[in-house]
Amino acid sequence: MPVLKVNGQSHNLAVPDDAPLLYVLRNDLKLNGPKFGCGLSQCGACTVLIDGQPVRSCVTSAGAVVGQDIVTLEGLGTPEKPHRLQRAFIDEQAAQCGYCANGMIMRAKALLDTVPKPSEGEVRLALDGNLCRCGVHQRIISAVMRASREA
Amino acid sequence: MNAPFKPRFSRREVLAGGGALALAFSVPVSAIAQAPAGAPAAPRLPGDLQTNRKLSMWLRIEEGGKVRLLVGKVELGQGILTAVQQLCAEELGVDFNRIVITSGDTSLVPNEGVTAGSLSMPGCGTAVRHASADARGILVDLAAQRLGVDAGKLDVADGTISGEGKQITYWELVSGQELEVEATAKTPLRARDKRRYIGKNIPRIDIPAKMTGQPIYVQDLRPDGMVHGRIVRLPVYDAKLVSVDTSGVEKMPGVLKVVRDGSFLGVIAEREEQAIRAADTLRRIAQWDVPKDVPTSETVYDWMQKQKLQDIVIKNDSRSNSTAVAATIAVEYRRPFHMHASIGPSCALATLDADGMMTIQTHSQSVFETRNAIAMMLGVDRTKVRCQHVQGSGCYGHNGADDVAADAALLARAMPGRPVRVQWTRNDEHKWEPYGAAMLTRIKAGVDGNGNVLDWDYQLWSTSHGTRPSSNAGNLLAGQVLEKPFPLPVPVNGGPPNYAADRNAIAMYEFPGQVVTTHFITTFAARASSTRGLGAYANVFSIESFMDELAHRAQVDPLEYRLRVLKNERGRAVLQKAADNFGWANWRKAPGRGRGIAYAQYKNLATYCAIAIEVEVERNTGKIRVLRAVAATDSGEIVSPDGIRNQIEGGIVQSLSWSLKEAVRFDAGGVHSDDWISYPILTFSEVPKIEIELIDRPGQPFLGAGEAAQGPTGAALANAVFDAVGVRYRELPLTPSKVKMALQS
Repeated sequence: MPVLKVNGQSHNLAVPDDAPLLYVLRNDLKLNGPKFGCGLSQCGACTVLIDGQPVRSCVTSAGAVVGQDIVTLEGLGTPEKPHRLQRAFIDEQAAQCGYCANGMIMRAKALLDTVPKPSEGEVRLALDGNLCRCGVHQRIISAVMRASREA
Repeated sequence: MNAPFKPRFSRREVLAGGGALALAFSVPVSAIAQAPAGAPAAPRLPGDLQTNRKLSMWLRIEEGGKVRLLVGKVELGQGILTAVQQLCAEELGVDFNRIVITSGDTSLVPNEGVTAGSLSMPGCGTAVRHASADARGILVDLAAQRLGVDAGKLDVADGTISGEGKQITYWELVSGQELEVEATAKTPLRARDKRRYIGKNIPRIDIPAKMTGQPIYVQDLRPDGMVHGRIVRLPVYDAKLVSVDTSGVEKMPGVLKVVRDGSFLGVIAEREEQAIRAADTLRRIAQWDVPKDVPTSETVYDWMQKQKLQDIVIKNDSRSNSTAVAATIAVEYRRPFHMHASIGPSCALATLDADGMMTIQTHSQSVFETRNAIAMMLGVDRTKVRCQHVQGSGCYGHNGADDVAADAALLARAMPGRPVRVQWTRNDEHKWEPYGAAMLTRIKAGVDGNGNVLDWDYQLWSTSHGTRPSSNAGNLLAGQVLEKPFPLPVPVNGGPPNYAADRNAIAMYEFPGQVVTTHFITTFAARASSTRGLGAYANVFSIESFMDELAHRAQVDPLEYRLRVLKNERGRAVLQKAADNFGWANWRKAPGRGRGIAYAQYKNLATYCAIAIEVEVERNTGKIRVLRAVAATDSGEIVSPDGIRNQIEGGIVQSLSWSLKEAVRFDAGGVHSDDWISYPILTFSEVPKIEIELIDRPGQPFLGAGEAAQGPTGAALANAVFDAVGVRYRELPLTPSKVKMALQS
């Protein structure tokens, strides 16, 4: 029965320790930010921050992150009060289907937390393990650069 | 954007708008269905108004100062709902934010067929534009009567009609009234100088929700009582389930039911990870019969030529002059199977109600035809199945959306009253989505002494690009494997004007003689169906690569060589614009670098698109770095500039990914491209800088932009690589190993 701290709130969860964190976040806590993309840690759509580090929640068990700070896309901001990265993605219209956006924003958050003013090359490198199929890479890079300027 | 999930609302409830204000632009059904014999044929209406003629099918003036727009086309991430909302706001004369859209619900919206083929702006956009203008015209006439002011002296601003010091709103005007009207499309459109929305970059209505984790995808639906389903797909094409002992799995934690019907095998569990575990176990213990002698991804090009072929001559212009042929050049090009490869695997929810109604939430592109196919599979009347579109992950054609909807319906039938959510795995999606079909093309050109084409002979070999549900259960993966299976219908190649395998197979250049032959194959080497551009990707790649070959052979600049025989002014304009923006005339060659250009008008009737690409090739590794891509397009009148830009940009990146990296590998052991390691796609470090210029054509029809970049991108890439290293690559994709091998030989 893991107790998980998600977006600043503690949750007593009646789920097995080995349940993948992604399913616990989505199905038990009804969060929509982290997405199921591959279940193999290959695409990045399920990315969450754990103690500030970007982690693939599809291959992380709930029991392994007890007591740690878990932050999802919902923990960054809301439609009314978006985080600067979310604002920048909206301003740059950095999406087509938007399914990969969670991973892009969460990975970029971890980047900007450690490198506040990255170069374009650093942004590309940081996001290289996150897949986008619609081909909005250029817009995503622009959005992350914009967010870094608006810090 | 679709209203929040509400599974059981009826058309009456929605259309009543909850109050007396609803203005039904309705026509009695009898007036349409029972037109007297000998009555003049109904006039041709623009776009999808032709097939959905009543204004009430499209628009409602609802209480609370709202307008409801109902459309059959659906949001796939291409931004169509924002664009049609712009058109509605403009032509109806209301603020953008007053409009609420319902899309893709078989019980509520006009049937606009499939959201595909770059037809949403021409079909839906055009219909919405004229329906909205007609509605405004009717409302202004009503206001003229009510206010006693001549209609010509009235103006509309945000639904308020005013003139000569008097005013009334749409919502006051229609209270308690019903109108019975069919669209005429004769109401004048809003004057260009009064436009607020057409041609403006209005932010997409769905993006804020997507960036903040609001429930907007079908994957996010969690109705009360929902349970989780997983399917155990066949290990290889045409396998048969011989036996499976389900007793152990039925006792696993959380498992509610194992469903088997022929070779269809699925499981329902309370929790998602329990369903996954149960499906994994079933997969391990199931016994299958598998076919042995099958074509492979390596042998498919030979296999295609040995099949029974339907030979269709789609163009046969013989040359009228008698200029002597100085040389004949013949080449062959190949493209492999490739995937849609959406980042989110397909997902659907289905619920069987106590009254026998099956309601399905789906990211299908074809809710009506998918509903019909599922009803056929279930053996129930079409009125007993309802499909509601809810957005999914990126859609670039016929992917697993319809199949997973059918899977969910079969599981839901076994568990009445519980919403069943079926989520495909990454492995399911990679192995079972219908791919873009492999193709083989051969071009033979007779040229004169200056290298100009005299005779052009183009032949193509392809399996079908169209196995969409099409109201037939035999097109559904599940339907094909039930105890009483529905056979896959014999595919038919799409004819003119859109074509399918032979889309863009007719070169748009003015050659003295041109013959084009389609060799259509009705069997399959791998499951295939509509994928962004269909045959246009291979055909444009072939034609535009060959034009480049001929230009180099004639020692003429490839741009100039094309312009000699491209007479269409809009085509010439995009080609010249792309070249100018690229800096074609002043470009200087550096070692290892090359440039290439290519052009096509998609479907020979939609968006004009030219692309110039610069690459750098590492000789020792064979790695191609795409440095930049410069495009110019003409999609007719522009409604959403950024929407078109986004589509072209995404199309270039996706086509570069296809052309540089992608090929589905399969053999008797099944599909081996089953994840992102075995089927890699382009990543951030490989995406070039992209520049796009849009040419606006006010007053011209909307042409649709979603697929225009696919063909020109592949050809411009291969042409640039040739320019860089002097080696012509005629088989896609241009992987480093292939490039390196050719450079060393």
